[in-house]
Amino acid sequence: MDGIHDMGGMDGFGPVTREADEPVFHADWERRMLAISLAVGFAVPFTDDHLRREIERIPPELYLHSSYYEKWLIAIESLLRERGVLPDGNATLKVETGPAIRPEAVAPAIHAGFPTRRDDAEAAPRFAAGAKVRVRNIHPKTHTRLPRYVRGHEGVVHRDLGVFGLPDSNSEYQGHRAQHCYTVRFSQQALWGRAVPVGDSLYVDLWEDYLEPA
Amino acid sequence: MSKDHGHDHDAEEKGLALRVKTLESLLVEKGLVDPAALDRFVEEYETRIGPKNGARVVARAWVDPAYKQRLLTNATAAIRELGFSGLQGENMVAVENTGSVHNVIVCTLCSCYPWPVLGLPPVWYKSAAYRSRVVKEPRAVLAEFGLKVPAATEVRVWDSSAEIRYMVVPRRPDGTDGLSEAALADLVTRDGMVGTAAV
Repeated sequence: MDGIHDMGGMDGFGPVTREADEPVFHADWERRMLAISLAVGFAVPFTDDHLRREIERIPPELYLHSSYYEKWLIAIESLLRERGVLPDGNATLKVETGPAIRPEAVAPAIHAGFPTRRDDAEAAPRFAAGAKVRVRNIHPKTHTRLPRYVRGHEGVVHRDLGVFGLPDSNSEYQGHRAQHCYTVRFSQQALWGRAVPVGDSLYVDLWEDYLEPA
Repeated sequence: MSKDHGHDHDAEEKGLALRVKTLESLLVEKGLVDPAALDRFVEEYETRIGPKNGARVVARAWVDPAYKQRLLTNATAAIRELGFSGLQGENMVAVENTGSVHNVIVCTLCSCYPWPVLGLPPVWYKSAAYRSRVVKEPRAVLAEFGLKVPAATEVRVWDSSAEIRYMVVPRRPDGTDGLSEAALADLVTRDGMVGTAAV
C-alpha cells in the first residue's frame, strides 16, 4: 500500500540524529518485546510478510510517533488478535499453535534462521543480468516491497537473486507465487531529475511481477 | 526537552512496559512463550551478535584475498565460515568500497539490516530521516556523518527492502600493513559496514 512506511525520497524529516554510544536497548520492555516477537513465531505461525503488513497498517500519525519496538508491539498484538490468541472476538484466521521454543533451542534457531529462497526449478527467469526493465506503475493496496520512488522508472538488471515467494500475495494468504527477484540498478539522475554526479546509482531488489521489459 | 514533554514520555514508557508485560504474561499462560527462552534471545543480541562479528569478516577479507573473493561471490557462505549465520542474514551480499566506488545501505520500507554481522540496528538507521533521505541525497547525508565522498567516486545506495541483506566492506586504511587480523578488526566500525563511515 502507498503508506507512510514507504519513505524513500520524502522530504521534511530533518537531519539524521545519532546517539553517541547507543545501547542495544533503551528500556527493559524493548528487550522483552524483541524477544517476544522472535519467540512467539515458533508457536504461532506467521512470516515476516505478515508482521510487516501489520506494521504498515498502523495509522500514519501513530506510525510516525511510535518507536521501533512500539511498532512491533502494535503489530504483534494485531497478528495475535487476528489469530485468536489475544481475546477480542475478532479472530479471522484459524491457526494451529505449537509449543513454546525451549531456551536451549534459541541459539541454534537464531543461527539456522528462516531461509526463504526457493528451488530455482520453481520458476524460470523472465529477465537476465543486463536486461533493460521498467518498473510497472502499480499501486497495490496490499503489503508490497515495491517502493514508490522507483515506479515508472527504467533500470538495468544487475543480478538475478533466485526464486522467492511474492510478499504481496503471501501477506494476504494467497500463496507464494514463486518467482525470480532481481537487483535492479537505477541512475540517481534518472530517478530524481537532478544534477547529481552522473555515475551515482541506486540498487533496489524487486520481484519479477513488479517489472516489465523496457 | 521540556519538563512536560519529559513527563508525557515517562508516562508513555510506563504504558508500553505494562502492555508488553501483559502480552508476555498472557503468552506464558497459554504456553506459547517460555520466559527463560526470552532471556536467551535477549542475551544473544545483547552480548554475542553485533558489529564485532562483521568486523571479523572485514578484517579476514583484508588479510586473505581468497577469502575476500569468496565473500564477494557468496557472502552467506563466506560469513558462515566464521561462524555467523541465521536470522535476518539468510541471504547476504557484501559490497566492496574501492578507490572509485562508495557503497551505503538502507531499507526505505522498514529497517532491514544484516543482524548476524551487525546485530540489531541503531535508532538512526530506523529513523524517517535516514530512510527518506539517503536514497535521494546520499552525499548530503554522508557529509552529515562526516564523510565527504569525492565527486569522482561513484556512490551506490543499496535499498535492501526485499530478501537480501547487505554489508559494506570498507577500504583497508593506509598504514595498517603491520597490523594483525585482530588489530584490524578493532578498526572496523558498525557505520563503516553500513557505509556511513569510511572504516
